[in-house]
Amino acid sequence: MTEVTTDDTQAEATDDIVPVSPRDALPQRSKPVGGAVEQLTEINGGTVGEVRCENPFIVTEGVDVYYGNNHAIRNVTLEIGTGEVIALIGPSGCGKSTYLRCLNRMNDSIDSARVTGKITLDGQDIYSKDLDPVALRARVGMVFQKPNPFPKSIYDNVAYGPRIHGLAADKAELDEVVYTSLERAGLWKEVKDRLEEPGTGLSGGQQQRLCIARTIAVNPEVILMDEPCSALDPIATARIEDLIDELSEDYAIVIVTHSMQQAARVSRRVAYFHLGLLIEVDETDKIFTNPQHKLTEDYITGRIG
Amino acid sequence: MTDRRDTRKIVEAGLARRRRKELLFQGVGVVATAVGIVFLLVFFASLLAKGTSAFSQTFIQLDVEIAEADLMLDGEIDLQYADFDGMARAALRKQFPEVSGRNERRELYRLLSIGAGYQLRDLVAAQPDVIGTTQTLWVPASANVDMLIKGNIDPQTEEALRPISDLQIEWIATLQDTGRLEKHFNRALFTNGDSREPELAGIKGAVMGSFYMLVVTVLLSFPIGVAAAIYLEEFAPRNRWSDLIEVNINNLAAVPSIVFGLLGLAVFINYVALPRSAPLVGGLVLTLMTLPVIIIASRAAIKSVPPSIREAALGLGASRMQVVFHHVMPLALPGMLTGTIIGMSRALGESAPLLMIGMVAFIVDVPAGFTDPATALPIQIYLWADSPERAFAERTSAAIIVLLGFLLIMNLSAVILRKKMERKW
Repeated sequence: MTEVTTDDTQAEATDDIVPVSPRDALPQRSKPVGGAVEQLTEINGGTVGEVRCENPFIVTEGVDVYYGNNHAIRNVTLEIGTGEVIALIGPSGCGKSTYLRCLNRMNDSIDSARVTGKITLDGQDIYSKDLDPVALRARVGMVFQKPNPFPKSIYDNVAYGPRIHGLAADKAELDEVVYTSLERAGLWKEVKDRLEEPGTGLSGGQQQRLCIARTIAVNPEVILMDEPCSALDPIATARIEDLIDELSEDYAIVIVTHSMQQAARVSRRVAYFHLGLLIEVDETDKIFTNPQHKLTEDYITGRIG
Repeated sequence: MTDRRDTRKIVEAGLARRRRKELLFQGVGVVATAVGIVFLLVFFASLLAKGTSAFSQTFIQLDVEIAEADLMLDGEIDLQYADFDGMARAALRKQFPEVSGRNERRELYRLLSIGAGYQLRDLVAAQPDVIGTTQTLWVPASANVDMLIKGNIDPQTEEALRPISDLQIEWIATLQDTGRLEKHFNRALFTNGDSREPELAGIKGAVMGSFYMLVVTVLLSFPIGVAAAIYLEEFAPRNRWSDLIEVNINNLAAVPSIVFGLLGLAVFINYVALPRSAPLVGGLVLTLMTLPVIIIASRAAIKSVPPSIREAALGLGASRMQVVFHHVMPLALPGMLTGTIIGMSRALGESAPLLMIGMVAFIVDVPAGFTDPATALPIQIYLWADSPERAFAERTSAAIIVLLGFLLIMNLSAVILRKKMERKW
């Protein structure tokens, strides 16, 4: 079997050997490749499984991202449906976070980053010239790996988004938005008497829920989460996962995670990335019980990653 | 692989040597610190020993008769040309009726400063109702009397070698015995401009000159410096040009200050034709000098703002401008202000560039605006240190004490400001 590592330098070195289609890269497979799978891979340019979905809200077609000369993700095609939770998994450096950051154009802030391909949100090309990233990010919220509340009061943290976008007409309305957001993030009971205290004074799990409250205060259509629980203990993690469950009723959620259990618990679909390639996408159950690709199987059984 | 017991032995054998080295290093550190502190103490001690005497000044009490007839010139009261010196001298002569002869009288008059006449004139101008009365006043004694009282002139030296005669010493002793000669607080030092007479010379002109200059400097260099730093850190693309700019800003911070003075002379005075010796030009020159310092400090402060805060704000849909002004600026402000205050205190202590733009002139009037001729505190120190009169020596030290006091206050406020704003997260 071809040796697969997550090391970046190795990834560079094997660039020439790894062709665009991962299928060819790894000829030995434990699973027989059926005709149906063969057909699917033909359609979606190399990715195994089902990249399409019923009510596509975000559609990425042949997306490539380069950081300078580093080709970070290659030819990724994926549809994300309205109101679905999709988990992006894969070893470190596989490009899942890069893909996530394409969806709200956070890669714009990196000078050397270059994105090609087409990404549409509700049919609108998000990389078109007429679209201001500011407007896009109001529709696509983001929660980061490390809780990063502003060094302001809890109230101001939540009120910041509505304030800059002018979403609340007056103080009463803003209070209402802050209350609803904190309530939905399951934080209201814990902070209702200390709204004027700094958000940085909360515990890690509370800070992350504050960040989620801050995100939903803008009332986005999609929430991107970049390993939101990696800095939290299991109890705080469980609370965030419950929260994701509740939020999934109203928002499409794209979550990057290193925890396969977490992916299994919170998501409806799972996308497996490897060395910048989208290897396999499917229903969560299917991925974890019957992965179609050898790499996926190796990863979820703990042989790589 | 060495045996475990060997490893232990080798480590233990080396321990003493390691400890010795550490002790030696600590010793060197303590000595270095001690040397620094000793020099600082010597410096402050000598400065205080020499300078504090300038904060008091010898005064002589006179009963001055302000007769209306003495003020009359061509039939009306003329304060400009009336002989106030003569009134003061007459009052002194009354206390020494035995003094006779032109030469002796002239010697007696030399006990008084010419400031005595000015003081009388100011009094009459402010309160015309004193005309026709006899006022008991403390008027400044001459610098030589002051020096004798302060012990800077040794009465034991040969008469010809000291600026004060035996007769004068006798009169001074008499005045002291009758309680008519005393040392008071030297208000003139803080309320007067420069003067050829040490007892009348003050630092107010220089302080005001420095003040106007710093106002110009802070008003220009803080906004320009902070704006440049924000642009370079947050908006400018990273390429060869921005690298070049960065290197040159660092170089600019290392340019000798006198070069900025030459630039100011060439551009602001010769080309733009701004008035010479003006605090406005001084402030412009000091702005050029301070800008790189502020830019470098502000950039460092902006860099130290965690990127996660920027990402959080960007992720919520804040524009880059909003990210800067809502999040980066408040967090970077303490660092920016510290850099600015340190730049300002450097500007306050700067003298070389000001020499080039004509601020080294002898200016008696206290400047009242940005374009009035003025000097600055360090320049005043330089001018006084250059003066031959003995009494200017202590004034030089006194001016240095005042300058250091200002610098101390500025640096202290930088520390307090930083602490206070940091607590406010």
